[in-house]
Amino acid sequence: MSGAKAEVLQGTLDLMVLKTLDTLGPMHGFGIARRIEQVSRDLLRLNQGTLYPALVRLEQKGWIISKRGISENNRRARFYSLTRAGRTQLRKEAENWQRIAGVIGRLLSESQGV
Amino acid sequence: MTWLKVVFSRLTGLFRRKRLEHDLDEDVRTHIEMLAEENRRKGMTPEEARRAAMRQFGGVEQVKEECRDTWGVRFLREVTQDVRYGLRLLGQSPGFAAFAILTLALGIGANTAIFQLIDAVRLRTLPVRDPASLAIVHLNMNHWGSGSFSGSYSEFTFPLWQQVEKRQQGFSSIAAWGGTQLNLANGGEVDQAQAIWVSGEFFEVLGIRPLLGRLISPSDDPEIAGAGCAGAVDLSYSFWQRRYGGDASVIGKTLTLDGHPFPIVGVTPPTFYGVSVGDRFDMAVPVCAEPIVDGQYSFITGARARIDWWLAVLGRLKPGWTLRRATAQLESIAPAALHATVPPQYDADGVRHYLAYKLEARPAANGFSNARDQASDSLYLLLGLSGLVLLIACANLANLLLARASAREREIAVRLAMGAWRARLVRQLLAESALLAIAGAGFGVLLASGLSGALIAFISTPDNPVFLDMPTDWRVLGFAAALAMVTTLLSGLAPAWRAGGAAPGSALKTSGRGMTAGRRRFRFERALVASQVALSVVLLASALLFTRSLRNLLTRNPGFQENGVLVANLDTTPLKLSVAQGNVFEGNLLARIRALPGVAAAGISNRSPVSGSSSNEWVLDGKGNHPNGASDLEYISPDYFPALKIQILAGRDFGDKDTAASPKVAIVNQAFVKRFLNGAKDPIGKEFRMWASPGKPEPYYTVVGLVRDSIYNDMQAPMPPIMYFARAQFPDPELFTGPVALIRSRGGMAGLLDSVKNAIAGVNPAINIQFRVLSAQVRDSLLTQELMATLCAFFGALALLLAAIGLYGVISCAVARRTKEIGVRMALGSHPGGIVRLILGEMAVVVGIGLVVGLGLTLAGGKAASSMLFGLKPRDPLTLALALLILAAVGFVASFLPARRASRLDPTTALRYE
Repeated sequence: MSGAKAEVLQGTLDLMVLKTLDTLGPMHGFGIARRIEQVSRDLLRLNQGTLYPALVRLEQKGWIISKRGISENNRRARFYSLTRAGRTQLRKEAENWQRIAGVIGRLLSESQGV
Repeated sequence: MTWLKVVFSRLTGLFRRKRLEHDLDEDVRTHIEMLAEENRRKGMTPEEARRAAMRQFGGVEQVKEECRDTWGVRFLREVTQDVRYGLRLLGQSPGFAAFAILTLALGIGANTAIFQLIDAVRLRTLPVRDPASLAIVHLNMNHWGSGSFSGSYSEFTFPLWQQVEKRQQGFSSIAAWGGTQLNLANGGEVDQAQAIWVSGEFFEVLGIRPLLGRLISPSDDPEIAGAGCAGAVDLSYSFWQRRYGGDASVIGKTLTLDGHPFPIVGVTPPTFYGVSVGDRFDMAVPVCAEPIVDGQYSFITGARARIDWWLAVLGRLKPGWTLRRATAQLESIAPAALHATVPPQYDADGVRHYLAYKLEARPAANGFSNARDQASDSLYLLLGLSGLVLLIACANLANLLLARASAREREIAVRLAMGAWRARLVRQLLAESALLAIAGAGFGVLLASGLSGALIAFISTPDNPVFLDMPTDWRVLGFAAALAMVTTLLSGLAPAWRAGGAAPGSALKTSGRGMTAGRRRFRFERALVASQVALSVVLLASALLFTRSLRNLLTRNPGFQENGVLVANLDTTPLKLSVAQGNVFEGNLLARIRALPGVAAAGISNRSPVSGSSSNEWVLDGKGNHPNGASDLEYISPDYFPALKIQILAGRDFGDKDTAASPKVAIVNQAFVKRFLNGAKDPIGKEFRMWASPGKPEPYYTVVGLVRDSIYNDMQAPMPPIMYFARAQFPDPELFTGPVALIRSRGGMAGLLDSVKNAIAGVNPAINIQFRVLSAQVRDSLLTQELMATLCAFFGALALLLAAIGLYGVISCAVARRTKEIGVRMALGSHPGGIVRLILGEMAVVVGIGLVVGLGLTLAGGKAASSMLFGLKPRDPLTLALALLILAAVGFVASFLPARRASRLDPTTALRYE
């Protein structure tokens, strides 16, 4: 494991899960984890297990729901999908994230400019 | 609303725990298998692939535990653990647990009982349909109109009610009602029932449906009263049960009210007790039947109908109408309504005032209540005092728990050192006090339901029965639960907080091995004890104040001798006597009663003392004005004064020579002379006049006797001026329909009752009689004060006990902790007396601070009680000094015992003590 990989911040994982489900549609835990790793191009260190508490959390909030299904290679698995409330939440959190990222970016570039 | 969803899913999660666990297991397994499969496809051996998968996934148990956390399972598991731990701890010291639960049960029980009463008289709404849209129509009299007022809520005369009914627009339905007592018996001893007169729409306004038969409707109460009134009676559920055992065939039977038969047409539902809180009704009778019962003196058809105030009015607001709008409409109709009903008996002044009366609509959701207005002050005061008792109980419990926590200091320190979570420790300690509080509240609620019933029974008298429906409803339970919560926090937070905040290192070091116990450590306990003492001062002072006030009342000389007097209230309406016949009849009656062997003296009046019945009239000065107001009055027979043992100071009693034809004479008391006769030294022979309605003569009365002051009705009021007139000189035949015989017994009252009853029946068997004992009547009028005194004494005693236990506990604990220090002092030659002085001195400071603060609190809060005290002020120095003295003495004893024990320690044992 290289030290350059970033830890996943609490809360950002929720956003990542929501966005992934938004892109992929209904997906099982393994698929979500795989997708996040792919998109992060292995820059993120993710213990895939930590996904599950996040899924429980999101389900409790009513942003995702789960259903039993059969995976592409014929395994029984639970498929998670976004609810309408989840979609709204995703839009809100994404906007929020972008705003904060913008602020942080501007701050950092300013201080570098000094 | 997301949090709501979370809470809900957590709660449901608690019940679906097995399935959730199962799903999670499956999820995790599938995930790892998928990872492993992928790894195998990358070329790893199955074994390698599996191990890599486990690594990629991370700690399985950790993940599962985190999920369980999110479900709320861990929280529940820990709480269960805490509760079990708490139960075990309490089980180890059952004495402590029992004591704590008992004190809390007493504190919470007393509070809940009083709250239950307040709830019943103040907060609960009427058990009728949509009580919020009900309104009382109130007649605002800025000047007290004269006339006769009967019933507790007499606001309207019948003619005025008719005007309001005709002219109002704000109510979809409107009704009038009035309370009265009707006699169910036919002659002989009266069998009184509480009846209400109701106008036709009464039950419609309230939206009450019959339990049986039908309820009185507009067709039972035709416009033209008296004529065409068939009469109908609805029974209340409780009366139906009591009298008829709930027999359904009662419909159609006949009930005799004041000698007139009425058909029973229905029964009201059990929840309906009437519209006035604190009262109960036995039957409802249509208003139009009133002339049938009252005959020539009817409030409707009689000559005085416009000054007979006996009805109260309530209505249901039309949809969209507010109280404000209804009031505005009522205000606009008031002048016309009043103009049409001006009483012919009023003079110009009276008419001017009458026309200025105003009508307004008031909320009626809580019903009518005199009980509410009279009792609420004392109830709130009692609630405050019982709240203080609970506070003291909490302080006590906090102290005991602190002592227990410090005994476990080492255990806690070890657990903290080993990495226990502080919040968890705090929760564990709170669990213990929560258990105690819940048990205390449970027993408290049981206690309260008995206690509040006893309180009601206490304030209820035969003449003024109080009926309150007091189920232990959600409001009462909620109140008890809130008390339990507050108790938990008050008593548990301090020990928990301290234990949670302890530094493990120092706690491990100090425990047991220290030479002197840090003063700072005990600061909190001392503060608790000081506040206990302070609150106890308040409670003890109130107990003493109310007890002394009651004693003042009980020992007050009422001016008459109430012991040994039998009161016979007679109803002679069936006899239809004229004035002359009345005088003859009463003469015969008295002669027969006086001839009985057990009778020392007997007289007749129109009322008996402290019965609540009263009449008064303005006394005029030379110019016909009444600058000094009115005097109470009474119409009496000769020998009235000896019967009550009211001393005649000068002049003479009435006699046979005072007749309708002889000069008008009066006997007055000392207060009368002082107020109306300029305090004349010799009032005999002086003359005065009373106000009379226009057109009536205002004759001069000559004072022929002076008697000692006596109480008229109110045991708490100063001696009122009273004028006595001879019955023979009173022109109104109505006086003779309800005479009251006052009979002083010789030897004892046993057997007197029957012989008097026979004597009266011998004169005429149709007379209705109701007996009272004068001393009981006087005593009954003091019940509220007696209740206050009894409860306050109970609270005071409880507070004292708790404070003593608190003091004793804290000092014993402090002494135990300082055993070693004491040993050293003694080994160095300190005298046992010196040790006692040392400990007592420290406690004296604590108690002293408590006493000073308590005195301040009492002085500040005393105002609330001032109107309820008789013969002393709330700042009565003697009472306050006594309270302080008692507490100081209790404090001394409670600290002396452990101090003496300390001084008797054997130095060598003490030094070895651990």
